[in-house]
Amino acid sequence: MKIGFYPGCSLTGSSREYNESVVALAKALDIELVEIKDWNCCGATAAHVMNEELSLSLPARIMAMAEEQGLTEVVVPCAACYNRLKVTQHELEDENKRTRVIEILKLPYRGDLKIINVLQMLEAYGAENIKTRVTRPFAHKVACYYGCLLVRPHSILKFDRVEDPQSMDTLIKGIGGTTLDWAFKTECCGAGFSVSRTDLVAKLSGNILKDAADRSAEAVIVACPLCQSNLDMRRGAINKTLKNPIDIPVIYITQAIGLALGIGAKELGLKRHFVTVEL
Amino acid sequence: MSKIGVFICHCGENISATVDVERVAREIGGMEGVAHAIDYKYMCSDPGQTFIKEAVKKYGLDGVVVGACSPRMHEPTFRRACAEAGLNPYLCEMANLREHCSWVHEKSEETTEKAIDLVKMMVEKVKKNKPLDSIKVPVTKRALVIGGGIAGIQASLDIANTGHKVILVERDPSIGGHMSQLSETFPTLDCSQCILTPRMVEVAQHPNIKLYTYAELESLEGFIGNFKAKIRLKAKSVNYSTCTGCGACIQKCPVKKIPSEFNAGLGTRTAIYVPFPQAVPNKPVIDRVNCNYYKRGACKICEKTCQVGSIEWDKEDEIITEEVGAVVLATGFDVKGTDFFPEYGYGQYKDVLTGLQFERLASASGPTFGEIRRPSDGAIPKKIVFIACAGSRDPAKGIPYCSKICCMYTAKHAMLYQHKVHDGESTVFYMDIRAGGKNYEEFVRRAIEEDTVNYVRGRVARVYEKNGKLIVKGVDTLLGGEQVEIEADMVVLATAGVANCGSEQLAQKLHVSYDPYHFFAEAHPKLKPVETNTAGIFLAGACQAPKDIPETVGMASGAAVKVAALFSNDELVREPVVAVVNRLAPPLYSTCVGCFMCETACPYNAIEHEEIKGRDGSLIRTIARVNQGLCQGCGTCVAFCRSKSIDIQGYTNEQVYAEVMSLLND
Amino acid sequence: MSSNTDFEPKIIAFVCNWCTYAGADLTGTSRLKYATNVKIVRFPCTGRIDFLLLLKSFAQGADGVIVSGCHPNDCHYTSGNFHARRRWIAFRSILDLMGVDIRRIQYSWVSAAEGSKWADLVNNTVADIRALGPYAEYQKVADYLEKEGYNEEA
Repeated sequence: MKIGFYPGCSLTGSSREYNESVVALAKALDIELVEIKDWNCCGATAAHVMNEELSLSLPARIMAMAEEQGLTEVVVPCAACYNRLKVTQHELEDENKRTRVIEILKLPYRGDLKIINVLQMLEAYGAENIKTRVTRPFAHKVACYYGCLLVRPHSILKFDRVEDPQSMDTLIKGIGGTTLDWAFKTECCGAGFSVSRTDLVAKLSGNILKDAADRSAEAVIVACPLCQSNLDMRRGAINKTLKNPIDIPVIYITQAIGLALGIGAKELGLKRHFVTVEL
Repeated sequence: MSKIGVFICHCGENISATVDVERVAREIGGMEGVAHAIDYKYMCSDPGQTFIKEAVKKYGLDGVVVGACSPRMHEPTFRRACAEAGLNPYLCEMANLREHCSWVHEKSEETTEKAIDLVKMMVEKVKKNKPLDSIKVPVTKRALVIGGGIAGIQASLDIANTGHKVILVERDPSIGGHMSQLSETFPTLDCSQCILTPRMVEVAQHPNIKLYTYAELESLEGFIGNFKAKIRLKAKSVNYSTCTGCGACIQKCPVKKIPSEFNAGLGTRTAIYVPFPQAVPNKPVIDRVNCNYYKRGACKICEKTCQVGSIEWDKEDEIITEEVGAVVLATGFDVKGTDFFPEYGYGQYKDVLTGLQFERLASASGPTFGEIRRPSDGAIPKKIVFIACAGSRDPAKGIPYCSKICCMYTAKHAMLYQHKVHDGESTVFYMDIRAGGKNYEEFVRRAIEEDTVNYVRGRVARVYEKNGKLIVKGVDTLLGGEQVEIEADMVVLATAGVANCGSEQLAQKLHVSYDPYHFFAEAHPKLKPVETNTAGIFLAGACQAPKDIPETVGMASGAAVKVAALFSNDELVREPVVAVVNRLAPPLYSTCVGCFMCETACPYNAIEHEEIKGRDGSLIRTIARVNQGLCQGCGTCVAFCRSKSIDIQGYTNEQVYAEVMSLLND
Repeated sequence: MSSNTDFEPKIIAFVCNWCTYAGADLTGTSRLKYATNVKIVRFPCTGRIDFLLLLKSFAQGADGVIVSGCHPNDCHYTSGNFHARRRWIAFRSILDLMGVDIRRIQYSWVSAAEGSKWADLVNNTVADIRALGPYAEYQKVADYLEKEGYNEEA
């Protein structure tokens, strides 16, 4: 199985462990990831509030490159990148916008690339292998946290139940885990305010962690680098807002499955977390 | 050659002030085929009409043209005059010299010339007119009412009280509908069952009403005045002629945990059951899906208990045919369940209820005997949140319309709660309060001011459960968009009212139209609210759109009057302006080739398939035939017909062509 | 285009009984004035109007045609005006293709309450057709077909 791969900026910087775990897991599941050559930033949270043409051109270039390199399907692990690529594809169905963007890029753009997130990749190409290759069942009670960008807006992404998504829960159950029915599955963690308003992030992420902890989760499972870094890196600030400090780790779905398949903690980047992972 | 009489009216001076009427009469008098042409001050007056009648007899006229006002005004008058003189009324036409000529033009040569043209048009048309007879359709004076809720009950009683027979068909084992489930009713807070059950009994005892419960319409054929309804009587498994309704079987039935439909799933019932204590008829049916005997072949405890031997295990569904002249559709509505709302927990939280479930909790005959208690643990909720517009007015949920009753019943619910739980706190989240109706606004004010219900203008984003509480996260848009979080013990969703399940299929069976939300469509939104586009089929109640009890009752009585008016004559007399398919002598039979484009054009399903058979019974051809009872005379089929085989009486191709050509061939 | 002041166009209006005919009645009861060039042919519904009749009208010397009925969703017969509209859309492009001057056909909705709209419609149409001049091109074709016995030869 061969599939295009767009890591995006986060996965080469603050969320290297996500990249490492995606690559390690793909390898273990016989999925060959073909990285898009000469990819660029998707514009993420900043571009689309500043400049529409820029916010469409950046993701469009990534997809145009992928198309040029003969890829038909691309997995995008970062939820923000996934969201931007999907939204751009949707926006560029408009003839005028497409013509303008092609004019800017000076590259052909068809718009028929299939963009999927990591959960969709695992569901589609990994489900069977995961089932047969589990060597260390993931016997933990966890809270699956999807965040905002992975499921919204539903009308464009058309992925999972928008208020109560289930795909990550199903994957966790598949490796022997127990998932919580909890209230903050799709609440916002503060996202892009991670740098400018840490106080807001501490409050919003605090709400999420508190509910997970109150329901005695052993870990929070995520599929978005921004969610992970807010819940993990900002733990100090979060704990200052809470009565009882919370020490439950926040790991990627790829790390959880990797552990179950017996991949080493170092290979999965588990050593890079701020909150110690002992699972 | 034709002998046409032309009568030009001065209309006082209304026409003669701008049109030289004498010249019109003179010039038209010289036209080919015109035997007699005069002008007179008031043609519609008695002497004027007498001129026409006498001329018809004296000159043996075979056509009459009256140049006067609009035919929309006096066509019936002059046609009647002609008929009295022995001329077929449909050989009389009017030229509109007033509204379309003298009143809209200045006095001039051109105006008179236009008047001459207008009369000429009609003379040429009348030459092609054919005598027509008004259409008479016999009427079966028996009505079919579908649905035994308050709409169907009211319509049935009203029709029955005019002395006509009514067949009332109800899908459930008892009549009563949603109204029987309600606790108290707004804006008076009188008990719903107290006002409804006497009517239910009246239906059962009325000599003119035949009641079929546990029955559904299978098919409807025919047309206004002459319908044939096939009704499926579902097997009750209990012989109602011997059953005394003692209820012993219900006591002994071992299958006790079936969610009760009547209690909106909050209570339970047995497999042999009467939906509720005041049911009409008050005799049980066996729910075969849940009965041990039908499921596993053993049990029959009810049979052992029954002292009169009324249980009929092998009874099958029965299909009966009834002939009726009119149909009233009163199939009501349904409400969305809590599982429709992912943001409010996909229906997984036991203490998130629909408004209908809350009605059952508040009802003295409900599962808690009128005490407001949580379904999860039976505790009395101290904090309760009502969410209005759950689904309604929400295009994202596919329900952009207002469900109309929720504002009022939510105010009522909050009030009932405050009356029953004195130390309780209730909050209503609303979009707008729509309390249009007699004493409605006052009622809502009472809830807010006297019963201290906390009204918060804003939406609820999410409800989730935590530590046995329901956390309601919403926004107060009146206080600068403040976020509001309430730890509630119970949440009641005023879920959207939607079309009853199966309404689309029923509409298709009856050939009535329905809107995108599967509510039945009225014939005209303002002037024909109880009629459908299918003549003889009427609407009552919430099957047309969500509505409250007073409106439903009013509409049901309206439908009943329409039925009574239809039944007031033995025959239905209609204008013969209908489409006809030509018929020719064999071997042609008709120029119709049987493409049935007319069928696709017809909004009334008036096109039938007529099989032309030879002497040996073999099929020669299938051609179109117009059902004159259903045809309303729009003529859309005529324009669709490729072989010009269908034409509309009164506006035939020949007539219209003659009119147009008269204007152009100078 | 040179406007021909002596030219009095012949215009036929095909209207439905329930909306436009009643609307034109209202023009009368409101005593609003309009040009005398338009003569109304009454139909039960615009759905009844056979568009070949329009061609016949042109062939016989009409300079312009008005088709008018109820507004969408107001049809007395529910959907006749939708059929008429659809027919008009298809017919218009075919006529255009054939070389018929579609400016000669005015398609409109006039309700029973729009007496003044009817007066405006008539006056505007008359002015437009007057500006276009007599429909001589169609006349030529019609005359040619008539004289050369085109139908017989075919």
